[in-house]
Amino acid sequence: MTGTSARGTGNADSDHARHLLRQMLRVRRLEEQCVELYSAAKIRGFLHVYIGEEAVAAGVTSTLAPDDAVVATYREHGHALLRGVPAGAILAEMYGHVEGCCRGRGGSMHLFDAGTRFYGGNAIVAGGLPLAVGLALADKMSGRSRVTVCFFGEGAVAEGAFHESLNLAALWQLPVLFCCENNLYAMGTALARSESQTDIALKAAGYEIASWSADGMDVLAVEEAARRAVDAVRAGGGPHFLELRTYRFRAHSMFDPERYRDKKEVSRWMERDPINTLRTALEASGQLSAKDWKSIQQDVDTEVEAAVEFAEAGTPEPLEDLTRFVYSERSPE
Amino acid sequence: MKTTYREAMRTAIRDALQRDERVFLMGEDVGAYGGCFAVSLGLFEEFGPERIRDTPLSEAGFVGAGIGAALGGMRPIVEIMTVNFSLLALDQLVNNAATLLHMSGGQFNVPLVIRMTTGAGRQLGAQHSHSLEGWYAHIPGLRILTPATLEDARGMLWTALEDPDPVLIFEHGTLYNVAGDLADDAGPVDISSAAVRRPGQDISLITYGGTLPAVLDAATQLAGEGIDAEVLDLRVLRPLDDAAILGSVAKTHRAVVVDEGWRSGSISAEISARITENAFFDLDAPVGRVCSAEVPLPYAKHLELAALPTAERIVAAAREAVGTRG
Ligand SMILES: Cc1ncc(C[n+]2csc(CCOP(=O)(O)OP(=O)(O)O)c2C)c(N)n1
Repeated sequence: MTGTSARGTGNADSDHARHLLRQMLRVRRLEEQCVELYSAAKIRGFLHVYIGEEAVAAGVTSTLAPDDAVVATYREHGHALLRGVPAGAILAEMYGHVEGCCRGRGGSMHLFDAGTRFYGGNAIVAGGLPLAVGLALADKMSGRSRVTVCFFGEGAVAEGAFHESLNLAALWQLPVLFCCENNLYAMGTALARSESQTDIALKAAGYEIASWSADGMDVLAVEEAARRAVDAVRAGGGPHFLELRTYRFRAHSMFDPERYRDKKEVSRWMERDPINTLRTALEASGQLSAKDWKSIQQDVDTEVEAAVEFAEAGTPEPLEDLTRFVYSERSPE
Repeated sequence: MKTTYREAMRTAIRDALQRDERVFLMGEDVGAYGGCFAVSLGLFEEFGPERIRDTPLSEAGFVGAGIGAALGGMRPIVEIMTVNFSLLALDQLVNNAATLLHMSGGQFNVPLVIRMTTGAGRQLGAQHSHSLEGWYAHIPGLRILTPATLEDARGMLWTALEDPDPVLIFEHGTLYNVAGDLADDAGPVDISSAAVRRPGQDISLITYGGTLPAVLDAATQLAGEGIDAEVLDLRVLRPLDDAAILGSVAKTHRAVVVDEGWRSGSISAEISARITENAFFDLDAPVGRVCSAEVPLPYAKHLELAALPTAERIVAAAREAVGTRG
């Protein structure tokens, strides 16, 4: 499944491919903006960006229905954006402003949004998997045909929670799709230095979960794999597992001096930039004109600029509210 | 010699690896990456992958393996990146490390050292800002150390490795960059006593770890107001140095305990209780406490600051205690 094949030349297909291109670019620009704002000390704490991996979130989320749920990690700005959380609310969150999607309580690693059923934003590696299993359990017990998608890095595969979650999901035949974003490194630890069996899809298969891998640098390949899996989960086919082979172009976080990987390796992967790849393929097949590309870029730039303005104009939460949201606030009976 | 807390810790690890071939360091990204807070930077190149052992993300697994290796005659130093991830290994720590000696009727001791970063103050949000060292101090069988100075960062590790039982070392994340002078011959220090960091007559400010700098600041401010505060650095949260705590209070007759943990069920509650149990008639004022607000630590800077013990809040608490007539 390597090399984007910009399948089909029908209008609907072209529109859709351009839509995916736009989605990836939205994530890319938002992330680039975050890095800039971090350097300007507008954003603090830990910041992990998704640059290079956009095809994964764009391809998977494009197959979801509005009431499906997503559980993600601390590298989740793109997933939140693509599920419909406004860029302004995401940036305002990182500014620590009350207009943020979590009132500035969560920050970069903890984006949540009830309206789009976005359940975080988890900074404990593998911490989201059991939650996803439980969300799917609730759907199954309530007879709803929703899908819960759980994103996590390949580093999570070594944690006990990963194995316990896969077993539970398979044992109870739950409507959950596990999406492993295999970018080859968990901080500085290469996959081959941390797993005795590096074929991750095979591990899932060991739990009797239908699993396959896809080229995570090719958004159309990701989408196709995800559509098959999501359709099967929604049809009652039990849990499914995707290993999406990708690469992060930037450091793990803003504190990572990247001593553990070769610059040449990074540049080799950058040649497979998912945005350039799709763009080039669409241009070659006449599905993307220079004008189309320019207008996509302009729209995205406008969206991100507006988001920065929104975040800048935000306000800090009053100090009196410090101890709110420790327990639920019930309205008097 | 000019050094930092981080470098002092690294020197201590290097020294231990050189002194005893049974010693090895194990944890996530301690090797090729250079340590998540760069404590072990360069040691991988110096000692190789056997003794500077990178682990997968498997806290329960490698902490438990550390316990097993200690039982098997090794002297492991296990690094857990931060205290929140130690929760994934809590079962191994509480159900194995702390109990094996007792359950085996004294046959199996666990000579293990576990190091981890603790504390808030860096806008890392609710899952990365815990101060759970007081929680661990609840557990019989564990020794809990909280080095707050360069001397202790340099000196506690070796003594901990010589201890026959499990020792947990909590390194506050805001201390790593603290720089200062360390004697060229600095070496092992005791891991049983508290230390007076500033002698004083009017009030005892009792603290440990990451809040020591704020308490020393507060003491300086109080001196400007004519209040002579004594600053006691606990250094060891379990077992507590009761004699040092009670001795200081016997002299000053007033105490404020400063603890970054949450107030309820905290180590500060334990210290306050011990003072009232054992030195009630020495006291001229109720024991005061400055702790973190009872809220998961918020990301926003102004809210995080409002939740944490600051010099300002410590000064206010000290004034109140001194203002109370005995
Ligand atoms: C339980 C746990 N241990 C350690 C960490 C520290 N940590 C944060 S991200 C990370 C690497 C995770 O890699 P991976 O799961 O592959 O995701 P990626 O960052 O590559 O997206 C580590 C070790 C953590 N967050 N949670």
